[in-house]
Amino acid sequence: MTATRRANLVASAVLLLSMAGAMATLYAIDHMRRESVAQEALYVRSPKVLRRLSLGYTGLLADIYWTRAVQYFGEQHHNHSHDFRLLAPLLEVTTELDPRLLPAYQFGANFLAPKPPRGAGMPGAALELMKYGIQHNPGQWRLYYNLGFLYYTELKDYAKAADAFTEGAKLPVTNAFMPILAARMAQHAGEFDTARMLWFTTYQSTKDAQIRENAVEHLLALQVDEDVTRLEQVVEKYQQQTGRLPASMGDLERAGFIRGTPSDPKGRAYRLMPDGRIEVQDPQSIAFITKGLPPGAEPPQPRPVNAGH
Amino acid sequence: MSSGGVNSRIGYIAFNTFREAVRDRVLYNLIAFALLLSGAAILVGEISIDIERLVVVNLGLTAVSLFGVVIAIFIGIGLVSKEIDKRTLYTVLSRPVRRWEFVVGKFFGLTGTLVVNTLFMAIGVFLALLYVAHKFEKMDAWVLVALYFIVLQFLIVCALALFFSTFSTPLMSAVFTFALFVIGSLAEDLRGFARITQGLGGWLATVVAYLVPNFSALNVISLVAHGDPVPGRLILYNSVYALLYSAMAISGAVLIFQRRNLK
Repeated sequence: MTATRRANLVASAVLLLSMAGAMATLYAIDHMRRESVAQEALYVRSPKVLRRLSLGYTGLLADIYWTRAVQYFGEQHHNHSHDFRLLAPLLEVTTELDPRLLPAYQFGANFLAPKPPRGAGMPGAALELMKYGIQHNPGQWRLYYNLGFLYYTELKDYAKAADAFTEGAKLPVTNAFMPILAARMAQHAGEFDTARMLWFTTYQSTKDAQIRENAVEHLLALQVDEDVTRLEQVVEKYQQQTGRLPASMGDLERAGFIRGTPSDPKGRAYRLMPDGRIEVQDPQSIAFITKGLPPGAEPPQPRPVNAGH
Repeated sequence: MSSGGVNSRIGYIAFNTFREAVRDRVLYNLIAFALLLSGAAILVGEISIDIERLVVVNLGLTAVSLFGVVIAIFIGIGLVSKEIDKRTLYTVLSRPVRRWEFVVGKFFGLTGTLVVNTLFMAIGVFLALLYVAHKFEKMDAWVLVALYFIVLQFLIVCALALFFSTFSTPLMSAVFTFALFVIGSLAEDLRGFARITQGLGGWLATVVAYLVPNFSALNVISLVAHGDPVPGRLILYNSVYALLYSAMAISGAVLIFQRRNLK
């Protein structure tokens, strides 16, 4: 073997081994630094300072901060952490750098508002974010929709939710459901139907596959919640009429309260428990359900939308 | 040929590269650095409150890093092409020096220049710290770690500049190396983007994100400026990473240079 050929072989081997080694080490570094990356990103918290440091490239910097916020939320959620204290500052910096970055408001409020582990449990910060978004993007009906959604789902403030939907309905470009939602909020009627309409509006007003999937999961969960509520009312009626709890779904069917064996949206039959409660067969199969769970069971963990896991 | 012969030939090329850089007045940048740092140390006390140490560390380490990267790029890109233009390369290679020894020697010569340069700058940073704080504190030791990471950063930049200089013009090599330096400084965000991209695009983005150099983890300036410690594991991983990445770029440079027609 000539010296040149030997040198080429050694160089090729070193190249391949060092490439693999460098990638593996980088993976280990990433794994170790995920938490500190977000913390370091916030050493400079002043958007004004960042704006100057960006030399005018604020759009790119905002995109970077938004990605950091998504990564941070995804990581904390993935690790079942209840500590989301860097989320609000990351979103604040993002939206101040680019006040027209709509996903940062829509998803950001969704990350901030729900209670842990689904979110950061900071509805106040979510409200501030949405209001800031509306202030800078007054023509966007989606932001009014998200604000109304936030008031309705997280804060149960139906009057303010109605105001938000009403304002959004007045815009030249809006969604046909907005005035209906406003009216429903004002009446505070038909909880399940209203929630269904909200999620349906979310589904039909986006092309994002993950948001659509999320909306479908919510619609399925609503169906379960409604079915369980209705079936437990039927059990109560049966008990009032007969003086005893039904032993099976068959008892309810024979008494004429139900037809056939009711099943959840995944096709699994609901279970009638000895104490009269209704349970789903597989509590982990449908995310977001709040009813039909065994006593003490944690609600199933939903996947965060667009959070990298 | 004995391994001692190899080492001495590489050492000779490295030493000559260092001597040439000094002759090219590369170390004159130290004057600009000294003026910048002493000016900042004196002025910041006059115009601000309680951030003297912070400014000296931030400004000092940033200057060390940027000055060094600029030197690494502008010397690194000419290491091979200058020798070809001046036809000195033929004289070197006509002696019992192999091409790979030439590339490796050049790399060590350039990194040696930068290490000496950084050493002087580090003394400057610590003198400025002493001037503003009147004494050294325990947390100042982390500044040494930040300086060590900056040297690791230089290893990668030198290797990349040398890699590009083996097949490209000096101007294009400078552009490529600088572009990789900028991309590498945003590498963590790049991998963040890759993680949330789905399908084939996501796979490709992940490969690219892991192939570009990672300078983000080597930049702990903000951390040490606030007196925060640097984890031991990060020091270890960064050292391993910088060595492997430089080895990768240098072996790439060797492979290209071996095939290059120098006639």
